[in-house]
Amino acid sequence: MVPKTTPKKADVASSASKFSDTISASYKAYCKQVSGDRQLQLIDTFCAFLVAVGVIQFLFVCAAKDSFPLNAFLAGFSACVGQFVLLVSLRMQVVNSFMGISPQRAFGEFVLASLVLHFLCLHFVN
Amino acid sequence: MATSCTQKHLIRWIQLLLKCTIFLSLTAAAVSSRLFSVIRFESIIHEFDPWFNFRATKYLVNNGFYKFLNWFDDRTWYPLGRVTGGTLYPGLMATSAAVWHGLRKIGLPIDIRNVCVLFAPAFSGVTAWATYHLTSEIKDSGAGLLAAAFIAIAPGYISRSVAGSYDNEAIAITLLMVTFMFWIKAMKTGSIMHSTFAALFYFYMVSAWGGYVFITNLIPLHVFILILMGRYSTRLYSAYSTWYAIGTLASMQIPFVGFLPIRSNDHMAALGVFGLMQVVALGSYVKSQVSWQKFQTVMVVSLVFLLALGISALFALTYFGFIAPWTGRFYSLWDTNYAKIHIPIIASVSEHQPTAWPAFFFDTQFLIWLFPAGVFLLFLDLKDEHVFVIAYSVLCSYFAGVMVRLMLTLTPIICVCAAVAISKLFDVYADFSYFFSSSSAEKPNLSKRDRIMTLVTKLTVCGSFLAYLVLFVHHCTWVTSNAYSSPSVVLPSRNPDGSPALIDDFREAYYWLRMNTAEDAKVASWWDYGYQIGGMADRTTLVDNNTWNNTHIAIVGKAMSSPQEKAYDILKAHDVDYVLVIFGGLIGFSGDDINKFLWMVRISEGIWPDEIKERDYFTPSGEYRMDAQASQTMKDSLLYKLSYHRFPTLFNGVEGIDRLRGQNIRQVDIGNLDYFEEVFTSENWIVRLYKLKELDAMGRDLHTKGEFDRGSSRGIKKRVAKKPLLDVRV
Repeated sequence: MVPKTTPKKADVASSASKFSDTISASYKAYCKQVSGDRQLQLIDTFCAFLVAVGVIQFLFVCAAKDSFPLNAFLAGFSACVGQFVLLVSLRMQVVNSFMGISPQRAFGEFVLASLVLHFLCLHFVN
Repeated sequence: MATSCTQKHLIRWIQLLLKCTIFLSLTAAAVSSRLFSVIRFESIIHEFDPWFNFRATKYLVNNGFYKFLNWFDDRTWYPLGRVTGGTLYPGLMATSAAVWHGLRKIGLPIDIRNVCVLFAPAFSGVTAWATYHLTSEIKDSGAGLLAAAFIAIAPGYISRSVAGSYDNEAIAITLLMVTFMFWIKAMKTGSIMHSTFAALFYFYMVSAWGGYVFITNLIPLHVFILILMGRYSTRLYSAYSTWYAIGTLASMQIPFVGFLPIRSNDHMAALGVFGLMQVVALGSYVKSQVSWQKFQTVMVVSLVFLLALGISALFALTYFGFIAPWTGRFYSLWDTNYAKIHIPIIASVSEHQPTAWPAFFFDTQFLIWLFPAGVFLLFLDLKDEHVFVIAYSVLCSYFAGVMVRLMLTLTPIICVCAAVAISKLFDVYADFSYFFSSSSAEKPNLSKRDRIMTLVTKLTVCGSFLAYLVLFVHHCTWVTSNAYSSPSVVLPSRNPDGSPALIDDFREAYYWLRMNTAEDAKVASWWDYGYQIGGMADRTTLVDNNTWNNTHIAIVGKAMSSPQEKAYDILKAHDVDYVLVIFGGLIGFSGDDINKFLWMVRISEGIWPDEIKERDYFTPSGEYRMDAQASQTMKDSLLYKLSYHRFPTLFNGVEGIDRLRGQNIRQVDIGNLDYFEEVFTSENWIVRLYKLKELDAMGRDLHTKGEFDRGSSRGIKKRVAKKPLLDVRV
């Protein structure tokens, strides 16, 4: 039994180290990317804020054990999710703009989509 | 330099002009070929469902949008009523009401009926436009124009969009194509704006047709395949995430859809792919930072973990009832026998039957054999957007094989693929520039013979395909005029001398109902006619084509298949005043109630297996007969009696000949009708109306009373009925 488990353990250990390596490397790269770029910092702060708000809403529903006005919860939650993905899409274009779409146009499109999203949320939240 | 520049401008202008002309003529062709029904018959709403849509539109126009959304309809599904505002897709009605208001604003007050009748042809032009753009994205604008021309006149699409066919599909196919067009654009460019438009049109589609689930699953499938092919890109992320976030939120605004997008399994694929997209986005970021080997382990471990988590969560949520399991209609798509066994009401609808093979050729003619060629050509240079077309083709080919009505969703993609194939062919074979090029440097060294042979080959191929195109136009016109332009409310026929005539029994009977019965009279009929009775006769019905309550339908089915005294009790308990049956035996109209009778029996057997048994309605040898050999249960059933009541008097009083089934019906088998009283029979006997007799004032049961009356009235001359001279020519 012993010889069988050791390689597994070693495997697990190595993959764990790989994990930590990967995460630290990505984190470093991320810090490098963000430092000195106010735009990205702003976007990421907003993203973090949205995640926090979304998590709080979800926890609230869990704590209250009731999602009674489900539409209200959904509206609030999907406003966070929707705005988050829109921001990430914008961020991707800020970092490396898509062919045929200038950063200015990307921002305009982002604003348009956000307006639509929030109009829908307002309508849904009643 | 300047001259070449102006030349380029000139060419561009000419191209634009040509395109506009082509589009105008395409729209004209699309609209005019859909007008056969109006010219042959009149401006009238067709078939069954359109009558409900028409009635709902009238309600919307008269009462406003707010009241429309809160509409509780107490004139259907008596005594339950129907929460109509919350159980319909309002897109169609809202659009036509908007058109009606818009036209009034600009000083063109048009009858709402005409708006409804001409709605579908008008939108077919938009479909052609959207198909053009979609195909342009997939190949080029040449293929786009061909595809637009095909979709404009393909019978598969015309079948649901002739003038008067005021159904959800009329607008839904247009929206389907527009949504896909924006999706392809969004996916190619990664533009948030295109994606938002795709989501908004998706919302419009959700508001218009239940088939929106097709989009909900096709787009995620496309994305999923792309991810599996390793074609993830930030553009894909931006397009899909935006579409899903806005589209899903928007779709939940429709009352009928409500929270389905987060509750039902039909929508879970989209959510799953959305989640996957986020993980893949994170993964690809991480991947760009570390070496491939490290990443591989990390990826495999986390993928397995996530997959296990996701699937178990889905099962757990379904198990605990947070997510509704797949719907019956969905199961019937995969297991074609499912509906027959579990939900006879779905199987009983003729458009839910599997498609016959000739129907594919009938509906699309030569496009059907170009379709695989087009798909193959797309496989050759498998770009991202081609994957979409391929996924669409494969899925829809299957669906169209399972259900006749889904032929409608297959037709657009057939047109697109066939257009790709033909335009590829023309790219190669219609390229004669080589013969006109003057510079000898470009000419390769070919012998004269070779050059002539090339020319001949090219001319042959182009010529034969032009001939096919001409044939296609002829076929489409022929099919449209012969098969798809009948309103089915009015039937075409011929006089004995061969001149055309119309059989207008339905409207005759419905109008009779409207004028001669109390306004709150309740009419029992099989559910097929519910919408028409509501729309044309404006009377309360027990069941209609909405089929939301199987038990209620089974009640009517039970009444129809029970002996008359029992049926009388059932119907009286439901406050019924009149019973309407459709009878085609005299004139040979095949869609009558006796032909649908087995479904009534099956549906009620599903609820009362002890009382109604399908086997009892067949002859001992298992045949479905109406003549002397018919089983006693069949002869006793209410529908048999109501259909054939007084029928033999048209012949010799002893035996009548049912022309539809080719059987002799004996007066002895029909017997007497004691509990019902015939109040109206239309000219060709297609619609027969009976009134439930009042309870006897002297307290006898109605059968005894009938016996007594017959005993006392011997010798009084009966009303003489005359046989009509018309024939059905359908």
